[in-house]
Amino acid sequence: MTPELFFLLASVLFSIGLVGLVSRKNLFVLYMSIELMLSAVNLLLATFSKVLNDANGSVIALLIIAVIAAEAVLFLAMIVHIYRTSRSVDSDHLNKLREGAENA
Amino acid sequence: MLSFIVILPFLSAFLMGVVYLENTKKKRYSFYTLVGVGTPAISTVLSFILGSQLLTGSDTIHDTLFQWIDIGDFNISVAFMADRLSVVMISFITFIGTLIHIYAAGYMKEDENYGKFFTYFNLFMGSMLLLVLADNPIMMFVGWELVGLSSYLLIGFYHKESSNITAANKAFILNRVGDFGFIMAISLLFISLEGSGFTFDSIKENITMIDHETLSLIGILLFVGAMGKSAQIPLYVWLPDAMAGPTPVSALIHAATMVTAGVYMVARYSFIYIEIPDIGLFIATIGASSALFAAIIASYQSDIKKILAYSTMSQLGYMFMAVGIGAYSSGIFHVFTHAFFKALLFMGAGAVIIALHHEQNIFKMGGLKKELKLVYITMFIATLAISGIPPFAGFFSKDAILVTAFASEHYILWGMGSLTAMLTAFYMFRLLFTVFHSQSTETKKVHAVPAAMTAPLVILALGSATVGFLGANEAYGGSAWINTFLALPDAALSISHTKEYMLGGMNVLLALLGMGLAYKLFAKEAQEVKVDTLFKKVVVNKFYIDEIYGFFVLKPLLILSHFIAEVMDPKIFDGFINFNVWGYRKSALFFSKLQNGKVRYYALYILIGVSGMSCYLLLKLGVL
Repeated sequence: MTPELFFLLASVLFSIGLVGLVSRKNLFVLYMSIELMLSAVNLLLATFSKVLNDANGSVIALLIIAVIAAEAVLFLAMIVHIYRTSRSVDSDHLNKLREGAENA
Repeated sequence: MLSFIVILPFLSAFLMGVVYLENTKKKRYSFYTLVGVGTPAISTVLSFILGSQLLTGSDTIHDTLFQWIDIGDFNISVAFMADRLSVVMISFITFIGTLIHIYAAGYMKEDENYGKFFTYFNLFMGSMLLLVLADNPIMMFVGWELVGLSSYLLIGFYHKESSNITAANKAFILNRVGDFGFIMAISLLFISLEGSGFTFDSIKENITMIDHETLSLIGILLFVGAMGKSAQIPLYVWLPDAMAGPTPVSALIHAATMVTAGVYMVARYSFIYIEIPDIGLFIATIGASSALFAAIIASYQSDIKKILAYSTMSQLGYMFMAVGIGAYSSGIFHVFTHAFFKALLFMGAGAVIIALHHEQNIFKMGGLKKELKLVYITMFIATLAISGIPPFAGFFSKDAILVTAFASEHYILWGMGSLTAMLTAFYMFRLLFTVFHSQSTETKKVHAVPAAMTAPLVILALGSATVGFLGANEAYGGSAWINTFLALPDAALSISHTKEYMLGGMNVLLALLGMGLAYKLFAKEAQEVKVDTLFKKVVVNKFYIDEIYGFFVLKPLLILSHFIAEVMDPKIFDGFINFNVWGYRKSALFFSKLQNGKVRYYALYILIGVSGMSCYLLLKLGVL
């Protein structure tokens, strides 16, 4: 198992996350895409930790996993709240900051 | 003291202006009269004192008020200079001006803008004095422009009628055409002198620095200025229209101020004109043509003030003829005598107009001999003077000009001058006989003429009868005192006394002929000009000059202006700007689409941005 494979996997995961973020409207999918990108970065950290023989990378990766868990709570709560106020989980509806938005 | 002559009228104009603006409705008849008439009177006294100083020796008096501009070689002072020429000018300007002011106090008494009138009037006097007493061409130009401004204000004084405003604009704009020539001339003069002083004295000293061609050009351009101000062909058309102003204004414009400025200027720059006799001849030709042309028109006019206006133009023609052939003293002498009788004629005409409740058509007047006896006598004297009947003033000055023209062997000019002399007598006596002798067609109650208006007439009548002796030639027992006093660089001409008597006699004969013709035609009963022949039609319509100017100057200008206003400006210039605006709007619309409030697009922009930066970094670092 060469580290290049892990780099490739991380890149692919990150790209899938990015494309998902740009092309989908559902807030849940967006959330999952963001998580995917975070995970890709995490994987990269872990890989470098292994390659460079440095435990710091693994420590940060573990820390990030904890942060992701906390973030998931907040994110999901926010999505629920958004659904309660606007009866929709479509991200395109959330354009109130735009001046003169037609479907605010 | 010299400065005070000029400053006083300006100060009083300022004072009256402030007082008038404080309350425009309030009648302050005695205040305005005291200040408005008093100041020119003081100026008159000062001018006479100055004149006596020059008589007893001193050559020129300089008086510098302050340095105006001082940049390297270019330094202009607000300075005044009185030499013999300007002293003669200011003496009669202030004297006759004061008389006209007194007259105006009577004439304008009922006017609600009495204060404004005297403000302008004093400004006019001050401007003219500034022009005459200026020590350098720049100051002269300031006076020149101020004269134009005040004439504009006064011609349009009855501003409630739009035709008067048109007349005022016409005068102002035509004067601007002349001013263009004047300012070009002084600029050229300044450049050619290469900074060796710009007062009249230093210009005179350094005049040899300038080559003949440049000097000719300067001479012509200066004369263009004179044409405008002194109403010569082709810039004269404003003068008859300037009659729209109150009659005292006409008197002031025609006698003391404004129109004489051109002749004065040519005499002031005589040191230039003696170098360029061919330009002088051109001036003389224009003068003679204007004289004859105006005399022909005047013979067929029926408005009393227009006749006098054309007669002024005609007399100015004589003056230019004189200064053109190099007889500067004779020209100035004619300015001097003309001021007396022309002021008198205008003031007499004003009295008649007032008496007949603002009637100006001479053919609706008639038989006023008895009712207006004083006006009749004084106007008769003025008419004799302008027609050149000895011993009245006009004879000597006009004769001096015609004799010079004859002696300098410009027989065509002399012939035109003599013909004009006959026509002058004809149209002036036509006016006089029609107004005072002929049977009145309509009898009107004659309005009383106040003493303030008749007293100046008497003084001027005395002047018109006697001032001629000041310049009487040797042939007539005088010593041409005024010529000696002026000491201008006159062309030296000699002519035998016999010839002089013959010429003088011929002038008198011609004048009498014109007078007799006028008597025969108009003394018993006068009839309005019948337009039956083509010639009469052309003359009555003033040779259609206004129409020709309208067609050849105004119309193309209007068409051009319309083209610019309706095609060039909205299509080309606005079009260019509008095109730019359209471009900005379009690009702005495009960019505003990017900011659509959708979160995933923003994520895309971040993606593009980050990718761009990453690519840049990678390329820079040489990884790829």
